[in-house]
Amino acid sequence: MDKPVFSEPWHAQLFAVTVHLSETGLFGWPEWTELFGRVLKEHGHEKSLDGGDDYFQAWLEALELMLENKNSAKASEIEQLVAAWRGAYLRTPHGEPVRL
Amino acid sequence: MRVKALETLLVEKGLVDPAALDEIIDTYQNRIGPKNGAIVVAKAWCDPAFRSALLTNGTKAVSDLGFYGRQGEHITIVENTPEQHNMVVCTLCSCYPWPLLGIPPSWYKSDAYRARAVRDPRAVLAEFAVTLPEGQAVRVWDSTAEMRYLVLPMRPKGTEGWSQEMLAELVTRDSMVGTGLPKSP
Repeated sequence: MDKPVFSEPWHAQLFAVTVHLSETGLFGWPEWTELFGRVLKEHGHEKSLDGGDDYFQAWLEALELMLENKNSAKASEIEQLVAAWRGAYLRTPHGEPVRL
Repeated sequence: MRVKALETLLVEKGLVDPAALDEIIDTYQNRIGPKNGAIVVAKAWCDPAFRSALLTNGTKAVSDLGFYGRQGEHITIVENTPEQHNMVVCTLCSCYPWPLLGIPPSWYKSDAYRARAVRDPRAVLAEFAVTLPEGQAVRVWDSTAEMRYLVLPMRPKGTEGWSQEMLAELVTRDSMVGTGLPKSP
């Protein structure tokens, strides 16, 4: 049996967001691969990446960098929402959908 | 959670449409995968005119079969012969012919593969349990955002008279990346 295409839901989400942003014209795919390749290389200096979580961590960092470059989203804005989501997770009773 | 936050932010800014995200995930999770590439390979084994069109202009030949779209804009088909085995890598990140093979497996994205496929392809192949005859050279193709590759493996012996559908069952994902060979009949 083949493994699932995306081993974690967040990998799939991240992939989709990036493809979508590229398709809607925020950046070109070659531009993306160049930036992503650079971040991957930097991450690879610290340890050998196995192509799983660590690969998508680098992907996420690259996307945030791209959004910062394009003035589309600032790190501080992302931080704010991370905090908001964390709060929502903590507030939501077990079994109910988490909402902001 | 960080991805969730990022997505929320982009939706709020109107840069991302959640329905489009669902569509993209569904496409790659459920609809596009190596079965597409296997159809192309099996057809090339059965149909000499298609094989020649495929090797001349891979992008056009596969899009005529309905395999086109994201990351399929420029596809070159590299044919294995008794003299040369082909293997595909993306040393920069993980460029891959999505319309034909779907999303690459983890090993394709790993540093170990990306770094060593070019330097020592035979050792990498050995790890995939592929041993090539002495006289068969290995050529490694480095994919980019502009050009992606699909390996056309050699048709297994003992499959004379097989239908295209039966042949497609023998074509594995790895055989189209060059880290494997088709299954034996």
